[in-house]
Amino acid sequence: MLWTNIFAGFGGQGVLLIGQLLAYAGMYEGKNVSWLPSYGPEMRGGTANCSVVVSDEPVASPCINMANCVIAMNRPSLDKFEANVLPGGKLFINSSIIDKKATRTDIDVYYVPCNEIADSLNNPKVGNMAMLGAYLEATKAVDSKSVIDALLYKLGEKKAHLIPLNEQAIELGKQSVRDQIK
Amino acid sequence: MAKKLMKGCEAIAEAAIQAGCRFFFGYPITPQNDIPEYMSARMPKVGGCFLQAESEVAAINMVYGAAAAGARVMTSSSSPGVSLKQEGISYIAGAELPCVVCNMMRGGPGLGSIQPSQGDYFQATKGGGHGDYHLIVLAPSSVQEAVDLMHNAFDLADIYRTPVMLLADGIIGQMMEPVEFHEHAQRELPAKPWAVTGYDPKSGRQRSIVNSLYIEVDELQEMNDRLQARYAEIREKEVMVEKYKTEGAEVIVCAYGTVARIVKSAIALCEEKGVKVGLVRPITIWPFPEKELKEVMAQDSVKRELTVEISAGQMHEDVRLAINGTKPVDFYGKPGSYTPTAEEIAEYILKTREA
Amino acid sequence: MKTVFKKTPVLTNTVMHYCPGCGHGIVHRLVAEVIEELGIQDRTIGFVPVGCAVFGYKYFDIDCVEAAHGRAPAAATGCKRVNPNNVVFTYQGDGDLASIGAAEIVHAAHRGEKITTIFINNAIYGMTGGQMAPTTLVGQKTTTSPYGRDPEHCGKPLRIAEMIATIEGAAYVERVSVDSTPNIRKAKAAIKKAFQCQLDGKGFSLVEVLSSCPTNWGKSPSEAMDWVKSDMIPYYPLGVKKDITNE
Repeated sequence: MLWTNIFAGFGGQGVLLIGQLLAYAGMYEGKNVSWLPSYGPEMRGGTANCSVVVSDEPVASPCINMANCVIAMNRPSLDKFEANVLPGGKLFINSSIIDKKATRTDIDVYYVPCNEIADSLNNPKVGNMAMLGAYLEATKAVDSKSVIDALLYKLGEKKAHLIPLNEQAIELGKQSVRDQIK
Repeated sequence: MAKKLMKGCEAIAEAAIQAGCRFFFGYPITPQNDIPEYMSARMPKVGGCFLQAESEVAAINMVYGAAAAGARVMTSSSSPGVSLKQEGISYIAGAELPCVVCNMMRGGPGLGSIQPSQGDYFQATKGGGHGDYHLIVLAPSSVQEAVDLMHNAFDLADIYRTPVMLLADGIIGQMMEPVEFHEHAQRELPAKPWAVTGYDPKSGRQRSIVNSLYIEVDELQEMNDRLQARYAEIREKEVMVEKYKTEGAEVIVCAYGTVARIVKSAIALCEEKGVKVGLVRPITIWPFPEKELKEVMAQDSVKRELTVEISAGQMHEDVRLAINGTKPVDFYGKPGSYTPTAEEIAEYILKTREA
Repeated sequence: MKTVFKKTPVLTNTVMHYCPGCGHGIVHRLVAEVIEELGIQDRTIGFVPVGCAVFGYKYFDIDCVEAAHGRAPAAATGCKRVNPNNVVFTYQGDGDLASIGAAEIVHAAHRGEKITTIFINNAIYGMTGGQMAPTTLVGQKTTTSPYGRDPEHCGKPLRIAEMIATIEGAAYVERVSVDSTPNIRKAKAAIKKAFQCQLDGKGFSLVEVLSSCPTNWGKSPSEAMDWVKSDMIPYYPLGVKKDITNE
């Protein structure tokens, strides 16, 4: 099993965090992982992205050009990375703020209304978790329990009360994928 | 011990502390700031000293003074800052002091970029400062390997009384990977009777003078002979190299650091097309694994070699010296900060193999 | 026979290479005598410079480190941080300290580094053959200011003691001269106070010593001593520039 992923979006949308949660979760499950952020001026104000690899084998390249999965949280990310999905791969689009449809026909595309899901939970910050839920449902790359463990580690005891909210967001993200597969 | 997901820079800093480093002198420069930041938080807790110097020049000279006093000491920087440290590194080599210098390479020349690069290979392996000296240069290709090499770095520095450089590209520093901090078998380390700790004429110990000035020709010759003998011993005993799928390969790729991992992905792509490609990855880039590369290249199956670097072809010169015209060699890469993709490397291998 | 004078054991028996009339020999002796009198020979580490005092490690009978040009304060910092119980001093000339090492000395003072600096100001580069230093006086001829130092072209001489005295971390700064017996006595007292400042953990201490360089000034030893008095002291006034050692 080898999942190569690119998570991309605006700074502040939490794409680096969900990428990290995936890496932590993979590590907890005994898989080999790497998390590589874009860094430097690229990060300031514009788009942020990270490459995450989850693999049974030792991770060869942590730098991903062609990915099994691309997660686009905003329009510039979709424009930039749609071409980087491997044939047969998966593309996740935050349909709340991206009005464009995917042009590729050789991949699976999932439209996830991340902002609406977050709004329905009265917390604009959990849109990224909805997207991560969608990813987990479509790929089964790791178990959501491992993701929650990772989130607990990242949040620390003081913010542990936010876990149920995040679980809900993940669940609604998963649901949106199930609805589309039907 | 459980694995921890850690950023390369922080893992390197923690590994240094676990290897007994208690003194760190540095100066901010991207992309290695997580090292001094981590050190500034951790050193006071382990009874060590972190000091932010006024410049890279001062930082390396603080390293010189601390090494002279017998401490396990380290500094880190990135390319332009490492250029500034070269004077001090030459003095440390000349004074035969142990220390560790970490370079998280970024693009150059000049201010360059802050993206990953391998443009400092010449500087690191050929003697970046003045005089006939070498550093032992270790080039990790994963966060775990960087952690493991840190222990070697301090031991090698003490054993051979030489500065050791950990040479990584910015990706190693910025990437998060799972790491384990193993117990490391400590090599037998020599005492440091030469350290300046205070001289009591009644004690019987000789006066310690830490110095690289030998004004008489024959004295300077003697010092240089001593260094060269040590370098010969290092070449003999300390070469580290990874050979990956080299047996029966048609093409051998030489690459180090993160690039070697991208090459591994390229090798998998070539395999899908039925082409056997192997990798020789120097872990010590000085001493360069000349003998090991020669042996791999001598196989009948091997038709050609390809070096891949984020440079204009710096390590490639050592590769050519090792192969010495016995088989065709080739280079793929660009200077600056362009990190080649696995796909384009594979495509190049497949294309050139038919040519 | 009654012994009326003895060389301090903190100086080795090596014959010094300094020119006749050079002030380095005097200052070496003063520093060594102070180390002897304070009873700190067995824990003092000397950092010697690039300049005429480059062979200082041959003369001081203590552990010594030869620093790169201008970098002695940084190297001494590393050493002092490793072994705070050591008494660490740098011995630097004006090319070394006031020119190439200006950043290192300022920041050692700025950190309040608990080291002592003996700064020899002889208004010229000695070892390299008499080039202009930041401390060269206006109008003074050197091999790189053959028409005399022109302040329009390269500024006026730098007063290090006054400059360092403005830095918070500096605890004790004094300028002295070794041009005459009374001044030599005062110089020794200042050097002793500077080392005591370090022993008391008060902060950074620096003694600037106005000294002679007959060879590169083109003067006889006695003319050179006279020139320190007639030309240098008026521009570089002697005295304590800062002293918070009693606070």
